[in-house]
Amino acid sequence: MLIRTPKSSELKESQVTDEKTYLARRSIVKSLGFLGAGALLSSSSARGYGLFSSEPEPIFKTSPLSFSKPSNYRPDDILTPEQKVISHNNFYEFGTGKSDPVENAQSFKVDPWGLSIEGLVEKPITLDYDSLFTKFDLEERIYRLRCVEAWSMVVPWIGFSLGDIIKQAKPLSKAKYVAFETLHDPKQMPGQRSRFSGGGIDYPYVEGLRLDEAMHPLSLLSVGLYGKTLPPQNGAPIRLVVPWKYGFKSIKSIVKIRLTDTMPPTTWNRLAPSEYGFYANVNPRVDHPRWSQASERRITSGGLLSRNRIPTEMFNGYPEVASLYAKMDLNQFY
Amino acid sequence: MYRVTTKQVMGLKALTHLIALGWLILTFYLAFTDQMGADPVQALIHFTGMGAFNLLLISLVISPLAKYSKQGALLRIRRLIGLYAFFYAFCHFLSYLLFDLQAEWVLLLSEIVKRPYITVGFSAFVILTLLAATSTQRIQRALGRRWQHLHNWVYLALPLVGLHFIWSVKSGLVEPIIYLTIALTLLFLRKRKLLKHVTK
Repeated sequence: MLIRTPKSSELKESQVTDEKTYLARRSIVKSLGFLGAGALLSSSSARGYGLFSSEPEPIFKTSPLSFSKPSNYRPDDILTPEQKVISHNNFYEFGTGKSDPVENAQSFKVDPWGLSIEGLVEKPITLDYDSLFTKFDLEERIYRLRCVEAWSMVVPWIGFSLGDIIKQAKPLSKAKYVAFETLHDPKQMPGQRSRFSGGGIDYPYVEGLRLDEAMHPLSLLSVGLYGKTLPPQNGAPIRLVVPWKYGFKSIKSIVKIRLTDTMPPTTWNRLAPSEYGFYANVNPRVDHPRWSQASERRITSGGLLSRNRIPTEMFNGYPEVASLYAKMDLNQFY
Repeated sequence: MYRVTTKQVMGLKALTHLIALGWLILTFYLAFTDQMGADPVQALIHFTGMGAFNLLLISLVISPLAKYSKQGALLRIRRLIGLYAFFYAFCHFLSYLLFDLQAEWVLLLSEIVKRPYITVGFSAFVILTLLAATSTQRIQRALGRRWQHLHNWVYLALPLVGLHFIWSVKSGLVEPIIYLTIALTLLFLRKRKLLKHVTK
């Protein structure tokens, strides 16, 4: 295992690629006449980086939100540019390539929406689309997002504490776990139509937390990013963000939150139990069986030459959650 | 019967250069200037890896194709495509080392030893390097019969590359399985040669 001291070559705001330049890249490719060549050697991964595909029409409309900016969620990390946050997504319901969701999700319908909090609670709650944004005070929190694939981003999320809504539903004393479920709608989500396009996952996508993890103030239900409502590729209209766990725990487009007394199944654990555990806490000392988790590449901007490999921190740099796992062997409960 | 002419072979070679080299240069240009999506490093590694695999498969399709179509002249573009397969693999390895691991040599060595899919991919790269290094006519003549023995190692490199691909994906095995099937079919077409090689 390798421990590196971070280098001082941090990026400056001025190095962020202008959006106009970024969007012009397709026309550069087109003007060079390489579009036809794409067909000759192409594989589906060519679509993965979107080089030879056409720019998606931004049909989906996001709208500005009003929110507070509490000072305790504003780390020094440089933000990942918005354009990257909304175009590099793992959301297999819309395709397995990183740029598939932004291409395939633009006509996704989020209004009307229904989110129910049910199971072992005294007062089940159902939120419709509007109340997702009005029922709780929204705040902006800048969180690091560490993907299990060893890349990371820094995202200004907008949302409210998961604990707030759970408290309102009044959990019964039997409740020990919280199970989450993504919308199942194969008509809208092409990945749910076949095993080929959906990465072999059994849909709907499900996730879970222990109740004390869910009640931790860091656990966020997010309804927006970068000042606006979520775009569909990031999990509109409402998603979970658990910043000390690998990204796949942060389930998107949630329709159901169910309190249970047994540990709920979780999608990636079901698919490959030896690689993905229920807890999935960011942990540089427990490697993924196929790659190291000791360090990560932070996605900001600057292209190939940005020296962005940084050491991964325990609990992704959120030591305040350590007490949740005080007596647990984190090698066993990965 | 129609015969592929020398001129046409030259044309195919020029086309190979134009596509394989031009595409590679364009991709590197876009990646250096941060115009390849959110994560140019991953995009570059995927592009060069898939490019190397595609080119390796094309290079191995040529001899059965020449045989069944009775166009022996086609064999003359095989070396060029094989060399491009090596060159893409070289760029793949270099991108992984320089842009993903960011020249952490210690991490590179431990990953080669610890991660089976890296071990397998690196082994295939070593084979392709040996084949590329001995690809000139001068060395071919100097090695005589041993040259063919050495170059039969490509039949080991091919399944190793397929395994490297299948092992590297997080989920969704359909595409790697299609690739592996094509690779095994190409080996099956040479079953006599391979059996002779193994039993000898």
